[in-house]
Amino acid sequence: MLTKRIIPCLDVKDGRTVKGVRFEGLRDAGDPVALASRYAREGADELVFLDITATNQKRATLVALVRDVARELDIPFTVGGGIGTVADVEALLMNGADKVSINSAALHRPELIDELARRFGSQCIVVAADARFHEPEGWQIYTRAGTHNTGRDAVQWCREAAERGAGEILLTSMSNDGTKDGFALDITGAVSRAVSVPVVASGGAGSKQHFTEVFQNAQADAGLAASIFHFGEIGIRELKEHLRQDGIPVRL
Amino acid sequence: MEIAVIDYKGGNVQSVLFALERLGCQPTLTADPEVIRRADKVIFPGEGEAASAMRELRAQGLDKVLPTITQPFLGVCLGMQLLGTHSEENDATMLGILPFEVKRFPKLPEYKVPHMGWNTLQRLRSPLFEGLGAEDYVYFVHSYYAPVGDYTIAEAEYPAPFSAAVQHKNFYAVQFHTEKSGPVGTRILENFLKL
Repeated sequence: MLTKRIIPCLDVKDGRTVKGVRFEGLRDAGDPVALASRYAREGADELVFLDITATNQKRATLVALVRDVARELDIPFTVGGGIGTVADVEALLMNGADKVSINSAALHRPELIDELARRFGSQCIVVAADARFHEPEGWQIYTRAGTHNTGRDAVQWCREAAERGAGEILLTSMSNDGTKDGFALDITGAVSRAVSVPVVASGGAGSKQHFTEVFQNAQADAGLAASIFHFGEIGIRELKEHLRQDGIPVRL
Repeated sequence: MEIAVIDYKGGNVQSVLFALERLGCQPTLTADPEVIRRADKVIFPGEGEAASAMRELRAQGLDKVLPTITQPFLGVCLGMQLLGTHSEENDATMLGILPFEVKRFPKLPEYKVPHMGWNTLQRLRSPLFEGLGAEDYVYFVHSYYAPVGDYTIAEAEYPAPFSAAVQHKNFYAVQFHTEKSGPVGTRILENFLKL
């Protein structure tokens, strides 16, 4: 039986892992390769690396990191953050990334999704969507690391991304990110029902029960979190044992 | 041991090379028919789209070379599908080493496509899976599948059974990413290297 996936997310800047709370106030949370290997041994199903480096050296640094991680890691990993061109994606895939996630560039020019899917296959193209709840408009999509409101409806954008060839949607609720109050069940469920590709829920995980809820009540295919794993608040194995007791299929 | 990993610009081969290096091997990435024929083992990784992969194989003449290989051969993911006769993915004509036709997963409400993630292997029947059982998980990412047939040596379910691995003589192939399937995948690669 296909299992639900648990995915630690490593935000990396200049080759080090950091995690922001509500995209601000970064704290150093360790060496990416060491963390990646630890998570793989503890039973993580995949890893996501989000690169938030803003310098000109970004691409070279990221390619080197991907190579180091791929050399060590025997589980799949996704790389994202500021990826904008076919050449960027090619460099990352050729150096060992299993999937690449695109965000702002896809919203700026949605045809990029079609081009990447045709060139590399949908299975390695993830569209990352950052959504924030507004009254009365509902869930809207943000770009540029959560600083710019596109005014686009979250469900409608995720559906378009999947139709254009995204093989997976990584949906982050900015309204929940860093709160530890739980995933955004309403928008996660709405997106999951609207698209035929897997949906990774992100933002707000603070307890084991939050993962149970996002799998049982919002039909997420995977749950992603950062700080609760980096600071040892929840172990991957104990989380998966909890999920199995709740009747959710997991790899143990 | 000489291990040839076939290079046909088909996508991510680096993960396969790294997995072999973790096992202490020094694989050669190559499209040279002589190097491929000389190797002790041949690994045929694959990712991406079937029709363009076949175009690349034909451009390099590998569509003629691969069916003549006599040493142990391991296809991975798209490298398994390409061994069949035909794929529904852009109506591609494939190598025809095995008699299966590759089909797209049907649209079902509870079953997302691609089939992406960790799934168990069922009904294992090959030395490739020595030491493994029904509790062992491997990592899949694919939208197309090979049906179960006489050639099937392991099955997985999504929700219907499909071929997770196939074999015909020296040609072995797995639909999942053995290079990305943790210790279970490593064991399968080790078993293949012992064939």
